[in-house]
Amino acid sequence: MQLFPCPFCGLRDEREFSFAGEAGKARPSATRDVSDADWANYLHMQRNEKGPVREVWCHLPCQEYFVMERNSVTMEVLGTTTLRKDPS
Amino acid sequence: MRLLREGLRGSKGWGPAWRMPDPKPRYDVIIIGGGGHGLATAYYLAKNHGIKNVAVIEKGWLGGGNTGRNTTAIRSNYYYPESAALYEMSLKLYEGLSRELNYNIMFSQRGMMVLTHSEPEMEMAARTVNAMQLNGTDAELLDVAEVRKRAPLLNFRSDARFPIHGAVWQGRGGTGRHDAVAWGYARAADMLGVDIIQNCEVTDIITEGGRATGVATNRGEIRADRIGAAVAGHSSVLAGMAGFALPIHSYALQAFVSEPLKPVLDTVAFSPSYGTYVSQSDKGGLVFGGALDRVPSYGQRGNMPVQEQVVSGLAEMVPAFAKVKLLRHWAGIVDVTPDSSPIIGPSGVDGLYLNCGWGTGGFKAIPAGGYLFAHLLATSGHHEVSRPFDLDRFTTGRLIDEGAASGIAH
Repeated sequence: MQLFPCPFCGLRDEREFSFAGEAGKARPSATRDVSDADWANYLHMQRNEKGPVREVWCHLPCQEYFVMERNSVTMEVLGTTTLRKDPS
Repeated sequence: MRLLREGLRGSKGWGPAWRMPDPKPRYDVIIIGGGGHGLATAYYLAKNHGIKNVAVIEKGWLGGGNTGRNTTAIRSNYYYPESAALYEMSLKLYEGLSRELNYNIMFSQRGMMVLTHSEPEMEMAARTVNAMQLNGTDAELLDVAEVRKRAPLLNFRSDARFPIHGAVWQGRGGTGRHDAVAWGYARAADMLGVDIIQNCEVTDIITEGGRATGVATNRGEIRADRIGAAVAGHSSVLAGMAGFALPIHSYALQAFVSEPLKPVLDTVAFSPSYGTYVSQSDKGGLVFGGALDRVPSYGQRGNMPVQEQVVSGLAEMVPAFAKVKLLRHWAGIVDVTPDSSPIIGPSGVDGLYLNCGWGTGGFKAIPAGGYLFAHLLATSGHHEVSRPFDLDRFTTGRLIDEGAASGIAH
């Protein structure tokens, strides 16, 4: 098994993680009219890059979402960033 | 006759089945991707539409991607009328393909069963069978006794992890020799004048005035009036070169082959609950696979959790196979869309057309994919069968959600 790092729990089995989506997508503000193309872009279009990627993952046991940077060819994990604001 | 003659002469008289031309500076149509879909497209362009000034550009060798990495199952047991029309067209073309290409693709219509493991699943299976029959596809609902008759080695114990209640049967489904499909189309296209250029990797799409007019490759620039992309898992990479995004995630899909056994299984058996499907190849190896790896990947290697799930699923589904040794194992990079249906249509960039999004089921669709893509490239308009699969469905919302309807594994 590959080990993925959870920024809260440390290295854990890959089966404990779930891919949530690509990082950096912004939901269109529904306070104005959003075109079908903009919704389609937000809902369906993916960068789907080959090589280094930035993705949002969830660690299922602790239910924390975080950004994981990894390489989609070698599967090497390059780093993680929490999405939660620093409580201090 | 030729086989016999060459057999007696020690097989010294065989020549190459297609030429190895250098790329010309300009073609009417360039097809990127020398897998089954790309080669079939070139063949149908030349044969059905008389467009023979065509190049197929392949970065590696023919059929070295998903065409040579699948588990060779061919079926059309889909739910929606749009999908049924598409995959049924493909199955019909497969039925006549060996004769059409004068190349034995070893299509064996041994039948395919999708097992059900509870009474509610049996009711859903009845619904699927009814839908398939309404769509004009052959389908039958089997009870346990009939499943046992067709595949006696399955686990029929009542205390099995998933006891068998019945199955959806498609008798015209089966398996084909995947390399032969690529090679057969390649030879036939080559004989009609298509240039097949291997070891030629596209590094950029050349656009002039908003129109795609050629490709930059490691063997120089090649221009064309129209460009068709049939590059499966790498469709997003290609789209990135032309400056747009696609509704596709690339995942690894694994497949496995065991040591050869005497004939023990003469159908394709699939259990959605175990997450495993299996058939036996003509050489005797068990060919099996299961679900996608859940990690987006371009790695062409599978991960351990899915490997464990598929292999243990097989051992539960057919306990007699538990002691069989695994011979080979690999992964292909598949292009998965949100609705598990393919994309055939204009890309949004003038002159560039797409045939992608087949996900885990591209092999069975090769003849139809090529036929419809050739129609699109030749006429700039959709064939009625490919119309629903245009990229515009993601904007209009008219998705063809086979992932939910057929319960296919992704």
